[in-house]
Amino acid sequence: MSRRLTTTSPPAGGARPAGRRGLLSTVLGEQPIGSAFVTPYLVFLAAIFAYPLAFAVYMSFHDYFFTAPGAIVDRPFVGFDNYVTVLSDPAVRRSFLNVAIFLVINVPLTVIMSLVLAYALNAAIRWRTFFRVSYYVPYVAASVAVVGVWLFLFNENGLVNTVLGPLAPNPSWLVNSSLAMPTIAIYVTWKQLGFFILLYLAALQNVSKDLYEAASMDGAGRFKSFWNVTVPGVRPATTLVVLLATVTGANLFTEPYLLTGGGGPNGASASPVLVMYQKGIEQGNPDIGSAIGVLLVLGVLLLALIERRFVSREDR
Amino acid sequence: MITTRQRRFPWRFLTLLVGAFIFLFPFYYMLIGSLQTEPDPTVRGAFPEPGNLTGENYVEIDKAIDLGKSLLNSGIFTGGVILGTMVFGVLAGYALARLQFRGRGVVFGLMLLVQVVPFQLLTIPLYVMIVRSYGLADSYLGMIAPFAINSVAVFIFRQYFLQLPQELFDAARIDGASELNTLWRIAIPLVRPALLTGVLVTFIGPWNEFLWPFLITKQQDLQPLAVSLSNYLTTVASRAANPFGAVLAGACVLAAPAVALFIAFQRQFISSSLESGVKG
Repeated sequence: MSRRLTTTSPPAGGARPAGRRGLLSTVLGEQPIGSAFVTPYLVFLAAIFAYPLAFAVYMSFHDYFFTAPGAIVDRPFVGFDNYVTVLSDPAVRRSFLNVAIFLVINVPLTVIMSLVLAYALNAAIRWRTFFRVSYYVPYVAASVAVVGVWLFLFNENGLVNTVLGPLAPNPSWLVNSSLAMPTIAIYVTWKQLGFFILLYLAALQNVSKDLYEAASMDGAGRFKSFWNVTVPGVRPATTLVVLLATVTGANLFTEPYLLTGGGGPNGASASPVLVMYQKGIEQGNPDIGSAIGVLLVLGVLLLALIERRFVSREDR
Repeated sequence: MITTRQRRFPWRFLTLLVGAFIFLFPFYYMLIGSLQTEPDPTVRGAFPEPGNLTGENYVEIDKAIDLGKSLLNSGIFTGGVILGTMVFGVLAGYALARLQFRGRGVVFGLMLLVQVVPFQLLTIPLYVMIVRSYGLADSYLGMIAPFAINSVAVFIFRQYFLQLPQELFDAARIDGASELNTLWRIAIPLVRPALLTGVLVTFIGPWNEFLWPFLITKQQDLQPLAVSLSNYLTTVASRAANPFGAVLAGACVLAAPAVALFIAFQRQFISSSLESGVKG
């Protein structure tokens, strides 16, 4: 794998010998047909990302409701009314608290477990391909399918409780209001870990071997060299892992919808996207739903900035 | 090359083995559970027992949600996304890697930006647009549209096209070949592995997607398997004779194609993730 990585590093992009340069090619570039090649993709990005994003912000500031296609109705500007409604709704506040609980468990666990497993995997070891594949299997399987088996494992009389015997929590995992969200956080950690292990595996190829040798020359043990060489060496990857894990957490929908039967018990595992779906589509208030969405995006951005400072703090 | 300490107690190997068990056991259990006549949540139930094995659960789930039709819908949804990505994504990837044109940097920046926009957050406006304004509810087109071009795949195509030597393209241009011709005759045959990787990366998105098709398909005969299985799970399951068995049977059918494809082409999957990880 390391061989593959080194051979595939790309040459400097777009560097090309200076050809004939007319006025037209300085304005449009040397191959203006490139614009035609990217047009479908650009139209797609505009229609599926840019426009909906702007539309969501628009809806969140207006009294917006569903109408028949083509109907012309007045949708008055209401300022921050939707945001006030959203922020004073205990169900919404609970969902944001839930995603905070989720992230506090999921992000550190993801970083630690994926780095440790990637580190363990990054050696000439027996069954290496088997391990790599097995770690990636939950990531490629559909969450809907995997949720089915977790329900079977973690229900009241499931295998997990049978094995735990008297130690089994009561009420059981998914119907216990203080355990439902942590169980979802652990499920998602487990499901996504394979992807992050691969990210760390790639990052580990870039940690200089000389540093390990220097560390062991200085008498550093295995743990010390892991802490002083590996951890700082993969810091850029850690920044990426933390960011992606946060975005995944903010997107949480399928798991609370299916694993805890719609965010139960009593909203203890409802995620913002689930509440957004319930209020925006089930109850027909897309303006409220959009306001939740906008708040969530702002939350993720803010969190990403904080995490970035925190994770890459020692670089400065 | 890599620090190995194999002589001592094999902590490394044991850690990996425990990890593999934790990752694989639920899948094994899914398969066993789908074949049990009676769900057996005891430890013994984790081992196959000849007296308790049956294919009945697969018949049951097929009766409830029409596996064939659901699989076909998943296939059309996924196939449409793959087609869109292979045609328009390859074009965009090629232009971003090999053509000098105004605005290339902007398009490249957008492509990276899109990958961190949480898609679920666009759900409400997309729902209003596609379902309410364009009336595309319960249609394949409505299902496919938001996923039509996979940006990760565009990125992968660009990386592969970048690696080709510039002389090839200079020679083609001197010969007067059109860019489309160069792409079709010269560039694409040289990046076949990238196309396979693109298909694989694109495949797991729509095949596993739940929220979007769930929102826009109310007719059961148009629902992809992920949606019909989850509807079975939330509504019908409580009334079935062996609900877990039937759900797990459906889960096996849903998970199997993605897992099988991944195991068959694991080399392409892993290298692509590594590369986008390093460079993304």
